[in-house]
Amino acid sequence: MRDVPGLPSRRSFLKASAASAAVVGVVMQAKAETPSAPPPIEEYQPVCLKPTEWAFVMAATARLIPSEGEGPGAIEARVPVFIDKELAGGFGEAADWYMEGPHDAAAHPFRGWQSPLTPLQIYQQGIPVFDAWCQQTHGKIFAELDAATQDKALTSLQKDEMKIKPELRDFFTILLQNTKEGYFADPMYGGNHGMQAWKYIGFPGARGSYKEWVLKHNVAYPLGPVSISGERA
Amino acid sequence: MARTAKKKDVVIVGLGWTGSILGMELANEGLEIVALERGHDQNTVPDFQYPNMIDELKYGVRLGMMQKPRNSTLTIRRNVDEAALPYRSLGSFLPGIGVGGAGTHWNGLNWRPQLSEYRLRSHVEERWGAGIIPEDMNLQDYPVSYEELEPFFDRFEHVAGISGKAGNLNGKKIEGGNPFEAPRSREYPMPPMPVTWDGAKFAEAAKAAGCHPFPSPGGIASQAYVNEYGMQMGPCNHCGFCERYGCYNYSKSSPQTAILDALKRKPNFEYRTHAEVLKIEMAPDGKTATGVTYFDEKAGEEVFQPADLVILAAYQLHNVHLMLLSGIGQPFDPATNEGVTGRSYAYQMNGGYTMFFKDEVFNPFIGTGANGMSIDDFGMDNIDFGREGFIGGAYWRAGQSNGQPIRSMALPAGTPTWGAGWKKGIGEWYGHSMSIGSHGSHMSYRGNYLDLDPTYKDRHGRPLMRMTFNWQPNDIRMTQFMKSKMEPIAKSMNPTSMQEGFKKDGAMYDVRPYQTTHNVGGTVMGDNPKTSAINRYLQAWDKHNIFVMGAGAFPQNTQYNPTGMVGGLAYWAAHAIRTQYLSNPRPLV
Ligand SMILES: Cc1cc2nc3c(=O)[nH]c(=O)nc-3n(C[C@H](O)[C@H](O)[C@H](O)COP(=O)(O)OP(=O)(O)OC[C@H]3O[C@@H](n4cnc5c(N)ncnc54)[C@H](O)[C@@H]3O)c2cc1C
Ligand code: SF4
Repeated sequence: MRDVPGLPSRRSFLKASAASAAVVGVVMQAKAETPSAPPPIEEYQPVCLKPTEWAFVMAATARLIPSEGEGPGAIEARVPVFIDKELAGGFGEAADWYMEGPHDAAAHPFRGWQSPLTPLQIYQQGIPVFDAWCQQTHGKIFAELDAATQDKALTSLQKDEMKIKPELRDFFTILLQNTKEGYFADPMYGGNHGMQAWKYIGFPGARGSYKEWVLKHNVAYPLGPVSISGERA
Repeated sequence: MARTAKKKDVVIVGLGWTGSILGMELANEGLEIVALERGHDQNTVPDFQYPNMIDELKYGVRLGMMQKPRNSTLTIRRNVDEAALPYRSLGSFLPGIGVGGAGTHWNGLNWRPQLSEYRLRSHVEERWGAGIIPEDMNLQDYPVSYEELEPFFDRFEHVAGISGKAGNLNGKKIEGGNPFEAPRSREYPMPPMPVTWDGAKFAEAAKAAGCHPFPSPGGIASQAYVNEYGMQMGPCNHCGFCERYGCYNYSKSSPQTAILDALKRKPNFEYRTHAEVLKIEMAPDGKTATGVTYFDEKAGEEVFQPADLVILAAYQLHNVHLMLLSGIGQPFDPATNEGVTGRSYAYQMNGGYTMFFKDEVFNPFIGTGANGMSIDDFGMDNIDFGREGFIGGAYWRAGQSNGQPIRSMALPAGTPTWGAGWKKGIGEWYGHSMSIGSHGSHMSYRGNYLDLDPTYKDRHGRPLMRMTFNWQPNDIRMTQFMKSKMEPIAKSMNPTSMQEGFKKDGAMYDVRPYQTTHNVGGTVMGDNPKTSAINRYLQAWDKHNIFVMGAGAFPQNTQYNPTGMVGGLAYWAAHAIRTQYLSNPRPLV
């Protein structure tokens, strides 16, 4: 038998059973609580993010989609929970991607993902680099800065003013992308809590049946969202 | 060493649209057939079932139905001076995997090319002279005429179940259809689909500007339908989860809804999944193939599958890759412009306007992959290439689909990408915009081609295929022409604001954003074995028992989505195999 990368080998089978054990744990925990009211986000136990990483993700997403103004913020939508879970899964480890070398991380951005790092590794390495820059430039790590300075620091990160190394170039892009995913994805992935983001913009979620409304031109669809697991809002 | 499987009459590589068509047509000849599909088995139930299928994160964003680059990808560079780098995560195009192939998660837009497109080189030379053809453009005619193909387009449309309105029935113009289409022998199998507000608004503006709008034709059932194989479709729910998703409602045309259940009932047809073909094997004389070697993923071993006839139906990219790996046709060399396998890779040149209307409601989640109204007034047949300074054309369409908010969140220019301004923007603008798209041709060039990568390997140790591709001035002039024509029509709709997305001079190919999965060329069909890899019956010039399906046959890309032509060519080739080849296997040309 030939061991081909991407196929379940003995090792990855063992890894997979460890992972499913972890998932079972989560499900049982959720069952013990009432499923409609998850623990407050401050009490959430991250699956893969370390405490400093979690603190950063909480603080950064709270600025990327702030709570003030109309509509839920990232914290009300539980976006950090979504990010933690995604990074713990196939997305975090670039399970579907071609990751063989040689890598040319400094290639022009049009050439797509060329970093040798997985998304999880980008968070793990990007957060300390950015925190160190915040410390040096603004006197504190990101999570400890005031909101206005945090906004400034995120803008610097987006514009790459700190000239982050090419391997980490996509840090801000994936952070922002994952934040929006967590805001709008089906609630079963941990974010978009209570379908608040869908309600805010008027997206009916998983209804998926609009035959009678096609010709009601310029008339707002009347029903609120449903989720894949059958929640209504 | 490879295990040898029981010999079959026919082996089909890949069980998507073309593999299913050839499977059915050849099974009807009583041949013993095996189809080898590298992916998993899948069917409407349980794989596309409601509500699990309509999950934007899993399928729309993480691309659950697509090929995984870890297992299969290629490298890309923009020109020969650049080092090619792997297409590590999917962006620009999204090849399918699993039974049904990309035919399960396509949009369903279904077209026949315009009359000039079958003989584009001759058309240009006759009207304007060869002088207007750029030196590095490998412009070619199809070796087959529209009149010859018409019955096979008709066949595919009636098997696939296409909804639409004829605009030209046997030369007679029909009100409400596309007046610029090539004459068709019958009406579409189903009447057109109703259209959403954006399509209706566009049609009104286009008409006021003197254009000729018509409902977009597509493989989306507008009513109950049963095709010649007894396969059934039911009317579409306009669920909006069409492209990138399998249809939960038996409404989208796909190998599953149109062919596969009927095919699987045939005792002389067998298919194996998780069976990735690695190579086509040749007889010692090099004139024919003896079968294929594939990797049986469940057994973890290589298997040789002997067969008398080999059908390549693995999608354009994989067909070319397998031919390069197996030594079928001389590989193309851009330095000399010689060689045929990998020659003339082309793509699609698209652009468009997005318009924001503060006081109008579009309900963007209502839609289908082929929704909306189109015009062909700026199609190939209608453009004076000599005067405009380019060769090409486009059809335009407004018809929303996929209005799911992770990916579909058009915001007016200047809206912040995050923070309080972004949150305010999405509240104000989601559901208040629409767009018009220009879907344009792309010509073939000496510098755009496919060969084997010298550095990167796949999981089986085979070299990855290398794509060399960039946008070219001719096609950028075409798309800029479309912009100049679209701008006044968009303006006439009085939007609160509008913004354009057309490629400009010097645009470089960016592999990140999704563009289209309309990869064409590389196994071009023609009447000259020096400039084409396959003859007019899609038969390999130098190995007569290999037939190559798919859009690889296109000498340059048409202005349309490819599958109408791909399906038509598959029926055309199947007919030739049945009526000419089987009784006397030989080169048919
Ligand atoms: C998102 C998306 C939207 C699209 N929308 C449209 C549209 O609106 N209109 C239109 O005209 N076209 C559209 N297309 C294109 C359309 O899907 C293709 O033209 C069509 O499916 C091509 O048929 P095919 O048989 O060549 O390939 P496919 O249908 O893709 O089938 C190829 C099969 O071969 C298998 N395979 C590949 N390599 C191997 C191997 N080595 N061994 C064994 N099996 C293998 C694959 O897994 C796959 O199942 C779209 C495509 C995508 C991805
Ligand atoms: S829009 Fe219609 S055809 Fe497309 S997936 Fe939904 S129900 Fe099926």
